[in-house]
Amino acid sequence: MGIAEVTLTRRELIAILLGSPALLTTGCSTVPHLPPAGELLGQSLEIGHRLRDGFRWPSPDTDQWQDVGVVIVGGGVAGLSAAWRLKQNGCEDFVILELESQPGGTSRSGRCELTPYPWGAHYLPVPLPHNRDLIRLLEEMGCVESLNPDGSPVIAEQFLCRDPDERVFVNGQWIEGLYPSLGASNDDFAQLAAFRQEIDRWTAWRDTAGRRAFSIPIRHSTDDAEVLELDKLSMAEWLRQHEWTSPRLHWLVDYSCRDDYGLTAEQTSAWAGVLYFAARLKEPGADHQPLMTWPHGNGRIIEYLASQADTRLKPGIAVTRINPSHENPNATLEVLAFDTASEQPIGFHAKSVIFAAPQFLAPRLIDGFAERTGRSADPFEYGSWLVANVHLRHRPRESSFPLSWDNVIHDSRSLGYVVATHQSGDDHGPTVLTWYHPLCDDDVKAARQQLLKAKWSDLADVVLTDLEHPHPEIRELVTRLDVFRWGHAMIRPRPGFITSRHRRDAAQPDGRIHFANTDLSGIALFEEAFDHGLRAADEVLVAQNSRPSSLIPCR
Amino acid sequence: MKSADSMNRAPLFLLYLNVLIIASCGLVYELLAGTLASYLLGDSVTQFSLVIGVYLSALGAGAWISRFVDQRLARCFIEVELAVALVGGLSAPVLFLAFSSVGAFRVVLYGIVFAIGALVGLELPLLMRLLKEHLDFEDLVSRVLAFDYLGALFASLLFPMFCVPRLGLVRTSLLCGLLNAAVGLWGTYLLRPLLSSRGLSGLRGRACLVIGLLIVGIIKADSLTTLAEERVLGEPVVHAESTPYQRIVLTQNARGFQLHLNGHLQFNSVDEHRYHEALVHPALSSVKSPRRVLVLGGGDGLAVREILRYPSVESITLVDLDPGMTSLADRFPPLAELSRSSLKERRVTIINEDAFLWVGRVARPESSKGVETDHSHALPEGSGRATQRDDATLFDSAIIDFPDPGTFSVGKLYSTRFYRMLRERLTGDAVISVQCTSPLVAPQSYWCIVKTLEAVGFRVRPYHAAVPSFGEWGFVLASPRPLPETLSLSSELRGPSRFLTDKILNSLFDLPLDLARVEAEVNRLNNQVLVHYYDQEWGSLK
Repeated sequence: MGIAEVTLTRRELIAILLGSPALLTTGCSTVPHLPPAGELLGQSLEIGHRLRDGFRWPSPDTDQWQDVGVVIVGGGVAGLSAAWRLKQNGCEDFVILELESQPGGTSRSGRCELTPYPWGAHYLPVPLPHNRDLIRLLEEMGCVESLNPDGSPVIAEQFLCRDPDERVFVNGQWIEGLYPSLGASNDDFAQLAAFRQEIDRWTAWRDTAGRRAFSIPIRHSTDDAEVLELDKLSMAEWLRQHEWTSPRLHWLVDYSCRDDYGLTAEQTSAWAGVLYFAARLKEPGADHQPLMTWPHGNGRIIEYLASQADTRLKPGIAVTRINPSHENPNATLEVLAFDTASEQPIGFHAKSVIFAAPQFLAPRLIDGFAERTGRSADPFEYGSWLVANVHLRHRPRESSFPLSWDNVIHDSRSLGYVVATHQSGDDHGPTVLTWYHPLCDDDVKAARQQLLKAKWSDLADVVLTDLEHPHPEIRELVTRLDVFRWGHAMIRPRPGFITSRHRRDAAQPDGRIHFANTDLSGIALFEEAFDHGLRAADEVLVAQNSRPSSLIPCR
Repeated sequence: MKSADSMNRAPLFLLYLNVLIIASCGLVYELLAGTLASYLLGDSVTQFSLVIGVYLSALGAGAWISRFVDQRLARCFIEVELAVALVGGLSAPVLFLAFSSVGAFRVVLYGIVFAIGALVGLELPLLMRLLKEHLDFEDLVSRVLAFDYLGALFASLLFPMFCVPRLGLVRTSLLCGLLNAAVGLWGTYLLRPLLSSRGLSGLRGRACLVIGLLIVGIIKADSLTTLAEERVLGEPVVHAESTPYQRIVLTQNARGFQLHLNGHLQFNSVDEHRYHEALVHPALSSVKSPRRVLVLGGGDGLAVREILRYPSVESITLVDLDPGMTSLADRFPPLAELSRSSLKERRVTIINEDAFLWVGRVARPESSKGVETDHSHALPEGSGRATQRDDATLFDSAIIDFPDPGTFSVGKLYSTRFYRMLRERLTGDAVISVQCTSPLVAPQSYWCIVKTLEAVGFRVRPYHAAVPSFGEWGFVLASPRPLPETLSLSSELRGPSRFLTDKILNSLFDLPLDLARVEAEVNRLNNQVLVHYYDQEWGSLK
């Protein structure tokens, strides 16, 4: 363990996370000016590590057992969506067991006196008409004013990201939009146009069954070999194949890959990379679907889904073991759990289980999983993220394009920040900036260990060093800085994974255990988690002889 | 004592005059720096404290440095004088130019203040050492110090009473520089006996060069300070402050005073009655006995002054972002006089908040399909079922007097979302008016606002008025119910109008051919087309 034990200095951490070797020699030679308050947050590690190390919890007392129709393991988007579907179909006999004290997974949010703010996913593109279930959810939430004749929703204005939505800091000033157009040559623009034309070609593409090349949820996409070929190469290779060399275009694509997948363009499957651009266009030449957002990001959707699950959602309950009892198909499944509040083991006898946790936990939690299914979770690779909420007493001074919802720093490995108060129309005074940084390292384990070992002061300094670049006075403005370390934040769509058997097989039920999580799609998107939640719920409804409102075939 | 013989009493007196001028100019530079720092950085107490502190310590530094000068005292004195002329004279234009960048501004500000302080600090010791051979020491100290402090008094009176209102900051600065340079040039004659002939003409040449430069500066003050407010605003600044939200500047000329927010003219006391009568009376006279009136923006209190002329009005709620604006009349008495202290009226409630947040918060909390959520931090959601309205909380009229939609944070106050939320706060018979920039200069912006109001279901009647300070100005009357074809001023209206008669009132709704409707999109939060139109249409003029 010698290598892993090396503790990084603050400077080294900055160099590693921000990629600014210049900072090693200048700027941070003195003791940094740190925020007056803040804390280090993260997923509960203790239970996870005990699981990993094979710890066996004591069995629950006999009076600590309950009978329930469906146990949903995990209260993230997939689990909550499954619960929503079950309830819609009249199945109210379920519980959702969530390890954390708060539901939502990577869509969770926080709140201060001023405003709620996201801790993870923070927007949802307006769904295309084929995604009827998601449109129905948005209708229930009161976000849809009406439906167009083609079935596409008219979203109420206040949920669409308010203009100005995006700006990028490049060469010492902010410019509107994401593409660093300032100083771009004719050749840069020509390559951008050619890239967009190629995306349009894929947007228009249909297979013999009329399916799009790239669709979200991805199970609506074609399985035509010509399209799946793209999964064999990286997004950067794909750009090079088209002889696109423009650094600006490469930056745009690389940023997009890091933003959506936590991977660089060199690491991302070209299939996933093209999907990012082509699946959110209604038709060739159309603008990217407008974005919906809330001050708490997708935490708002979580809030709604959690309110629907009501007391059936049990936070602070860690599932420790699932015994399928395969010898007797009529016997119930045993779900053993640990109540972190009372520190008591508890148990559930369930007719079905929806396993809405990441795949890497399946072999650790489900008894005999690997032997029975022959499946391994090893091909599922998860990237780590560093997210900070930076509370400011007032906004930084602006001299070029004004503060927008999404604020991207061109010469940084971070993704920049979104402004929590933007969508509420609050343009003055204090605010909260949510800053994002995906760790794109090839060696996920080493990166995760580094992240989990870092101290609050060092991580806070990384965040501020990055923000100082566009906002030199930022340290003076910060009243609080909280840092969240996401160890397993996002499934990584590296070349070959989307089309792999491992991924496709993982969604197959294991007896009466059904699987639902965004990682089953190979990409981390709200729409995918939602879709898997509904599918798993439908499988359960069929198995329990209820009639689901619409059946989603499992691919 | 040869040299003493060649200096008679008259030049000595003139040297005291020099002391007076030097002291006055020194203090003026200090006051200029303090004023400019307060303008840009706000918090005048801090700014003046810092400027005075830096200046006084620099004086000390200058005095200390003077001991290292032991040769050619007279020549050195003149060189210092020319340096003060140059640094001090150009201080205001340079500081104005540094306005665009706050970081740089502080560096430039304290750099200049220290340089001037150090140079002025050098002057007096040098002069006293020059004179000590001609006077006994006690006499010298008492006279020089007396003239020095007298000069300070002179400057402190002159600066606020004459310099700032009549000359403006830039010309004041250049003029003081010119005085310093003149003292320098004059000194080459006055102190001629103490100066060696070698290099004398060069010294005089340099003095003339500095004088020439400053004269050119004064003549070209306008183009020299293209970024300076007085250039932009066209009149001497009489009051200026920076609030967290905006920069408030009042200028004055012989005919009246003008309010500018972030460099944009809000009103001119000469013709504001045209604007405010046109803004208020078409709406309020269309409502039968209005009781509750909402004013959005309008922190100058001038629209409220007009509304108070309706005896039926029981309460006026004014929502203006900036407390600095709604309290401006307290610090600038001519505004209190012009607005007749309308904001102090018992019937008026002032709320300092972003109108978008205020209207959104007090709009009926709604949700679709009975979903229980906390709306306090999100935009109020949905437009669901009508619930029972408490009529006492609804307004009979709203007068909307926001700044022009030049930024996104103001543009949202002209969006469909905003007007929908506002409608929730109005009675079914309410009539509102909206100021909407110039339909002549910015036709697309104007018609975009009209179309946006129509898009949320308001009936509208566009109208215009000629306000010489602004030019041809546009308004729109809007109501949830159809508006009458013919309007008349309310019979209840108290006090004399200066602009409107029934006939003129109706003529405002006749739009000339060059104000005819043009195509424009609806302004929504997620497109903010209005800000883009406005930028194109007004930007092309700048």
